[in-house]
Amino acid sequence: MSAKTKLPTGQEAIEVKGWLGAHRYLILRRLSQSFFLFLFLMGPWFGIWWVVGTLAGSRTFGVLPLTDPLVLMQGLAAGHWPELTAIIGALIVLAVYALIGGRVYCSWVCPINPVTDAAHWLHDKLGLQKGWQPKRSTRYWILGAVFAVSALTGTIAWEVVNPVTMVHRGLVFGMGFAWALVAAIFVFDLLVARRGWCGHLCPVGAFYGLLGSKSLLRVSAVDRAACDDCMDCFAVCPENQVISPALRGKPGETPLILSPDCTNCGRCIDVCSVDVFAFTHRFDNHVKTDEQVADKAA
Amino acid sequence: MSATSKPMSPQRRRFLTDTARMAGGCVVAGSALAYLVSDAKALPAEALRPPGALPEDDFLAACIRCGLCVRDCPYDTLSLAELGADGIATGTPFFTARDVPCEMCDDIPCVAACPTGALDPGLTNIDDAQMGTAVLVDQENCLNFLGLRCDVCYRVCPVIDEAITLELSHNDRSGHHAIFAPTVHADKCTGCGVCEKSCVLPEAAIKVLPVRLARGSSAEHYLKGWEEQDAKGAPVVEGIIDLPDRLPGPGTDNLAAPGGFEPAFKLPGAGQ
Repeated sequence: MSAKTKLPTGQEAIEVKGWLGAHRYLILRRLSQSFFLFLFLMGPWFGIWWVVGTLAGSRTFGVLPLTDPLVLMQGLAAGHWPELTAIIGALIVLAVYALIGGRVYCSWVCPINPVTDAAHWLHDKLGLQKGWQPKRSTRYWILGAVFAVSALTGTIAWEVVNPVTMVHRGLVFGMGFAWALVAAIFVFDLLVARRGWCGHLCPVGAFYGLLGSKSLLRVSAVDRAACDDCMDCFAVCPENQVISPALRGKPGETPLILSPDCTNCGRCIDVCSVDVFAFTHRFDNHVKTDEQVADKAA
Repeated sequence: MSATSKPMSPQRRRFLTDTARMAGGCVVAGSALAYLVSDAKALPAEALRPPGALPEDDFLAACIRCGLCVRDCPYDTLSLAELGADGIATGTPFFTARDVPCEMCDDIPCVAACPTGALDPGLTNIDDAQMGTAVLVDQENCLNFLGLRCDVCYRVCPVIDEAITLELSHNDRSGHHAIFAPTVHADKCTGCGVCEKSCVLPEAAIKVLPVRLARGSSAEHYLKGWEEQDAKGAPVVEGIIDLPDRLPGPGTDNLAAPGGFEPAFKLPGAGQ
C-alpha cells in the first residue's frame, strides 16, 4: 500500500488538477440543486411564475406539466386513475430519467442530498465509525411496503412522511414541522448510519434507481489501467459498491458502471488524479487503447 | 429434519432468514406508516376542501400535494397543510372560511389547475360546489334571532335568497316586532363560507361545516304521507275513514264540550 492512501481524500487530485478541477462536478451539482430549487422559488420570492408547484407536480411556462411518477403510482395503487395532465407529466419525467439515469434525481435535484452530504462531511471530519449498516436492499423492501400500504389504505402513503417532497414543499410553501425531518435525517446519517438515508432506506432513490437501470448516460472507468489504487473514488462515492465491477473488471469486461445504484454524481471523476473515469453512454464500453497496449506489455 | 434430507445450503439459509427479516421489518414499518396515514385522515371540521374536491377518502388517493390549486387561486383562499401545524394530511389544500372564504370564481381556476382530478373537473358550475354546508349554529347569539336586523350573512351570500333566506316569525319578547331568521337551504348552499367570514359576532354564529357534520339523512323507507297523498291524488291507504278533527277553542263542532275537549272518560256516578 502506497503512502498516498494516507493523504486526505482527493488531495492528490487537487494537487494535479487544481481545486476547481477536482471539484468540477461537485460544484456543478450544487449549482444544479440550487437551480432547480430556485426555479420553484422564483414565483413566491419574485413573482416570476415560470414554474408553479413542487417536485410532486408542477407546470412550467403554463404548458409543460411534470409529475413525480412515484407519487402518481402510489395514487394508482390507492385506486385513483388520474387525469391526463398528471399522466403526461409523469411520462415526461419517466422518459427523461430513464435516459440520463434515474438517480440523477438523487444527486442533482433532490433537496435532501445537500443535507445527507453535509452529514457525511461532518461524519468524516469527526472520524466517526460507519455505524449501523442496514442492507442496501432495504430501500427496495421499503418501496414495496409503500405501495402495499398505499393499496391497503387507499391513500398516497409515502407522502405522509416523505422528507423529499415535504422539504421541497416546505421551502416553496412554508415549512411547519418539516424541519424536524431534515434534522432527523441529518442526525441519522451522522450518528446512526453513515450514508444511511440515501444509500439504504429512501424508497424514492430506490424507485428512481430502478427507473434508470437501463439508462443511457453512464460513468465509465475508461482509463482503468491508469488506476494507482489510491482508493479515493471508493472513499468519495456514496454507493461505492458500484465501482469495483467497472474499475477492477478483467480485460474484456465492461468498464461501464451499470449498477442502478450509481447516482451519476461524478465525484469519482473529480477525485481521481489520473482521470480514470469519464461520463459516456452505455454502448461505449471501450477501454483506452494505449492502456490495453500497456496491459499486454505487463 | 429427517436424516435423509440434505442440510440447507448456507446461501439458501441466509437468503431465507434475510428475506424473513426484511419482510418482518416491512410489516412493522408498514404498520407504522398505515397508522400515520389513518391518523392523517381525520380532517378538522373548520378545514374545508376546495370546490370539486372528491370525498375525503378518494381525495387522499388522488391529491399529489403539488400546490397548483393553491397557486392558481386568485384570492389566496387556499393553503397547503404544513406538517404538524394544521392537523390535516400534510401538503393537501384546504381553507378556513373565517379567514378567507371561497369567492366562487366562475371559471373555477383551482379545479382547472389540478393535474390529477383530485378536484373533480366534472364540476363546471361553481353553484354546484359542495365544500360544506352553512349552519346557523348559535341561535342564542345570532342578532337576527334576537329580533335585530343584522342580515349580514343573508346579504353577502353569493346565492342570496336561495342558499339563505330570511324566514319571518313573531317576536314573542317584544310582542309587536318580527324575527327574520336566517335559514340555510343545504341543497343550494355551496359551502363557500362568505357568510361565516362576514358574521359580525366575535365568533361566527353561522358556520360552514363539512356535510357529514352539518346534515342528517332521512331513512330510505320513510315516506312523507302528505307528499305521497299529493302524488297519488287520493288517501295513501285505501278505504281509510277521515274522522272529523276535534280542535281546541271556540267555533269548533264539539257539541259535548263547546270550546274544549270532551273528557276522555267519565267517573261513574259523577253527575253531569
